[in-house]
Amino acid sequence: MTVDLTAPAGRARMSPRRRARLSRGVQYVVLLVVVAVVVVAADWSNVGETIFNPAAAADMLDRLPRAFYNTVRYTLAAFAVGLSLGTVLALMRLSSVAPYRWISTGYVEFFRGIPALLVVIAVGYAVPIAFGVALTSILAIAAIALGAVSAAYISETIRAGIQAVPRGQVEAARSLGMSHTRTMAQVVLPQAFRTVLPPLTNEVLLLTKDTSLLFVLGQTPAFFELTKVGRDALSTASGGLTGLFVVGACYLVITIPLGIVARRLERRTGGRA
Amino acid sequence: MTPATTQPVVRIHDLHKSFGDREVLRGIDLTVAPGEVVCVIGPSGSGKSTLLRCVNLLEEPTAGSIEVLGAEVTDADVDIDRVRTHVGMVFQQFNLFAHLTVLENCTLAQRGVLRRSRAEAERVATANLERVGLADRAAAMPGQLSGGQQQRVAIARALSMDPRLMLFDEPTSALDPELVGDVLGVMRDLADAGMTMLVVTHEMAFAREVADRVVFMDDGVVVESGPPDQVIGAPLEERTRTFLQRVLDPTHRHPQD
Repeated sequence: MTVDLTAPAGRARMSPRRRARLSRGVQYVVLLVVVAVVVVAADWSNVGETIFNPAAAADMLDRLPRAFYNTVRYTLAAFAVGLSLGTVLALMRLSSVAPYRWISTGYVEFFRGIPALLVVIAVGYAVPIAFGVALTSILAIAAIALGAVSAAYISETIRAGIQAVPRGQVEAARSLGMSHTRTMAQVVLPQAFRTVLPPLTNEVLLLTKDTSLLFVLGQTPAFFELTKVGRDALSTASGGLTGLFVVGACYLVITIPLGIVARRLERRTGGRA
Repeated sequence: MTPATTQPVVRIHDLHKSFGDREVLRGIDLTVAPGEVVCVIGPSGSGKSTLLRCVNLLEEPTAGSIEVLGAEVTDADVDIDRVRTHVGMVFQQFNLFAHLTVLENCTLAQRGVLRRSRAEAERVATANLERVGLADRAAAMPGQLSGGQQQRVAIARALSMDPRLMLFDEPTSALDPELVGDVLGVMRDLADAGMTMLVVTHEMAFAREVADRVVFMDDGVVVESGPPDQVIGAPLEERTRTFLQRVLDPTHRHPQD
């Protein structure tokens, strides 16, 4: 150290390296304090009894596979609807026919703005009354209600993907004599989907969790998804909240691998562009 | 050498094009005869790319008429897709379909538009890839190729439609200098094979050696047009001379600057 050029005269100044080390030290101390408070403050015997109760968890075990399967099924059904309807909405949004654009915009604003829970209730109870049809299948309700909501989000994602395809791709296709529709289907959409694959994976993840909203519908045990099973365990078993923590873990079994896939895709497409 | 008596491939009459208030083309007349190679040169912003893009209606003309292969493309009810199948276009930025292999790039429109079978389309595509010297890269993705290779694939893609007219929009402007020769070589072979070509270019050597006619454009009008030896070798117009001086001798200061 030779000359300190920036320090005000008469005042010792810490070097940036030392300051960074001090800052890191403070952060570690804060973390340790928080962990210590949690450990000391928690009533561990109660936690073992009502939150991580092995007996209560074992009690649920026979109902879990079915519920797990249903959750996955509802998610996939809702995503199938969301993806197809979302694609149509995205194309409508970019249409040269103005009313299509209005409808699409209105749809997106509406379904983005109201809670998914309300849509589930509406489809489960209001639609049967309004149209005189009996929707007995939870799968159908999941596909319609959750599909309708996710379509709003997915359409925005896909629209961004379509607009990210360079204009030259369209010009090249059109100058080969390809029609507007064929250009969309064979040149623009395949490339748009590649771009939006990571955000779409995210959408599946959100949908997986939204299937928990289906618990509000009265159902027979064959239709139970994870959250319903967890809630039922709350009232029947002696294990307190254990049921909720068990199904929580089940959701993570689905969502964490999906998250890893999404990150992989992101890295791959990021490297390509 | 060009049969002037036959029906022209392109006939442009009094073409105007404006983008908003800006008039880019201000009354262009141009005809291209079968087998003729016409090079359009001129400073950037002179409207030459817009002129080319009006021929296959990538830009909608504001006024005037364009006839391509006997079809009036400025007629609002023209089947433009059908006209475009006979008109190949090569872009400055190549515009290969990024999600398809080289071979698929060359077969996509053949199968979808011309309704050729897969076998037939692949046979035609392979023949054209051979023609541009890239048959061995048929399975590659566009991103794996150099700019020069991509542009040659783009030419093969256009040729796979068996076009009767080829439009080139500054095909070598985005290339590294050492890759320009390969693309120009392919274009020269094409010209020698009798293809009718309308080429917007800055390659004066190419224009001079390959073109039957050179058109010099500036500020939205055709300033001078004629055989390359005249327009490039001994230009009559002052504007042409100034432009050529700058292009051919860019390191010199010119008194009019």
